[in-house]
Amino acid sequence: MKLSEIRDLLQCEVLTGENDLFLDVQQVVASDGMSEILAFAKSKELMITGLTNIQSIRTADIAGVSAVIYCRGKRPDKKVVEFARQKRIPVLVTKMVMFDICGILYNQGLKGVS
Amino acid sequence: MKTVELLRESFEIQGRNFDKAGEVSGEIKVLLRDLGINPASLRRLVIVAFEAEMNVVMYALRGTMTLILTDHDVRLEITDEGPGIPDIELALQEGYSTASDEMREMGFGFGMGLPNMKKNSDEFRIVSDVGKGTSVFAKIGLNTNG
Repeated sequence: MKLSEIRDLLQCEVLTGENDLFLDVQQVVASDGMSEILAFAKSKELMITGLTNIQSIRTADIAGVSAVIYCRGKRPDKKVVEFARQKRIPVLVTKMVMFDICGILYNQGLKGVS
Repeated sequence: MKTVELLRESFEIQGRNFDKAGEVSGEIKVLLRDLGINPASLRRLVIVAFEAEMNVVMYALRGTMTLILTDHDVRLEITDEGPGIPDIELALQEGYSTASDEMREMGFGFGMGLPNMKKNSDEFRIVSDVGKGTSVFAKIGLNTNG
């Protein structure tokens, strides 16, 4: 599924990476625990988290995920967004909670990583 | 078979500096990627480096991470001045954690760091002296998959 479709489904605002919304994602990792993301992400997944500090983007970079969606209306500060831009990781925010996001994406055929 | 060392570089890690936490691992990733080492090995190595760096930042006063690239593998040696680990076997169990709320708010300290490091290494050793510090050694082959 294209990131642009996910943006529409989850009513996201795009904070950086507007030009990379053609990226296709098949799998999702969702957690506020960064070690959990690192343990399960195999690369190119969509990462969903409520953790908005700089470590969330460092984790995304190290794990090699395609894009990050911050849930429940949490917004990272400008420094974090700028760091994501440098690393070319698209960042989106949505007001939806993690449970709903996962349910919607699962219904669309996306799967978790195990 | 003789192993030839191709590169050795040490990086300082500041304890308790959460803003900079992860910078060293980021540098190592760029350095090794530019050298063209295989993506699977690179990925495993940077996960080990990042988890190790976070542990030093969270628990220790300071630490040093040394990256060694040989013609067969990449190695990390991390030594810190910190509280040490009283029971290493217990610390390696998934889910066991001594993290504070502050560490958990950073997204770490859920008892997966050391298991992640071990899982991503072909050779992994921890030596710890309680009250003095901890040393971690990890080796990752250059031809590994996954």
